[in-house]
Amino acid sequence: MFMPKKPKVLAISSAGGHWVQLQRLRAAWDGCDAIYITTKDGYREDLVADAERRGQTLPKFYRVVDANRWQKFRLLRQLFSILVILLRERPDVIVSTGAAAGFFALKIGKLMGARTIWVDSIANAGALSLSGQKAGGCADLWLTQWEHLAGSDEGKKGPEFKGSVV
Amino acid sequence: MIFVTVGHELRFDRLIRGLDEWVKETSYKDIFAQVAELGDEGYKPRNFEWQSFLDPETFKARFDKADLIVAHAGMGTIITALTMKKPLLIMPRKGALKETRNDHQIATAEQFARRNGIYVANDETELGSVLDQLITNPPPIIKEAASEFAEPQLIQTIRGFIYDGKAPKNV
Repeated sequence: MFMPKKPKVLAISSAGGHWVQLQRLRAAWDGCDAIYITTKDGYREDLVADAERRGQTLPKFYRVVDANRWQKFRLLRQLFSILVILLRERPDVIVSTGAAAGFFALKIGKLMGARTIWVDSIANAGALSLSGQKAGGCADLWLTQWEHLAGSDEGKKGPEFKGSVV
Repeated sequence: MIFVTVGHELRFDRLIRGLDEWVKETSYKDIFAQVAELGDEGYKPRNFEWQSFLDPETFKARFDKADLIVAHAGMGTIITALTMKKPLLIMPRKGALKETRNDHQIATAEQFARRNGIYVANDETELGSVLDQLITNPPPIIKEAASEFAEPQLIQTIRGFIYDGKAPKNV
């Protein structure tokens, strides 16, 4: 019987609300080789406990430095770490809920030939996030969690709506 | 009992001061707040117990024991309340007051106000009256907890994409 190799999925987001949302998507990559990148070390144990509870292979875990859009030096450090991890791991698919870290991973990953998914945070109910707007250019699957934000606007390509994390 | 949380990033003086005044006026006893780092400048409540941060187990236990959660309009808190079937009163942070990076919490509050069990105070001037109403007429018990995972359609869309339309059927 033909058995395709397990897809290697890299799931990345900053800590906090973005991470909570990324975790609610994890059933989508059950059975895949999962790699996580986030900005807080404490999540490692949650991932191990969850994988054991649900009979999944243990995911890999990397922490990178936290940075927001005003912290240029930290952003650069974050970008560099993500580059190194991507070169080492060579994922087939990259998925992110935000923010800067996820955008970096999609951008680099796209250049390396990975297929990319952006799920814009449900916290952006009024307009797409800044990183989410930018991610549109490098996401093969570009999603918003609000129906009223989906679709093209004035001839510009827009995200799709396929449901939300809650 | 009321459990208050402002998330883990930034303090939220308007909410905490508003609650402090409400507690002083009403002498409501059973309230505990997780207020984030206050430093020297942050507002320190005088009329109820508080802590900057709680470890995850204590946080969960406080959340679980509460009859009502009062919080900023952060997604972490909203999702936790929906999965733990807790009535939730949210007050959005404002970008202009540098309470968060922009006004996204205002839009979040507006959208989630439609959900069962979620109540909104737009600012500190509305906080007291919304609380009074929730105390006088306790919100109905929430019957259904939000699932541990995202909506099935979203999971299936992403799964289908990962496997390029060839996802194995039985996971």
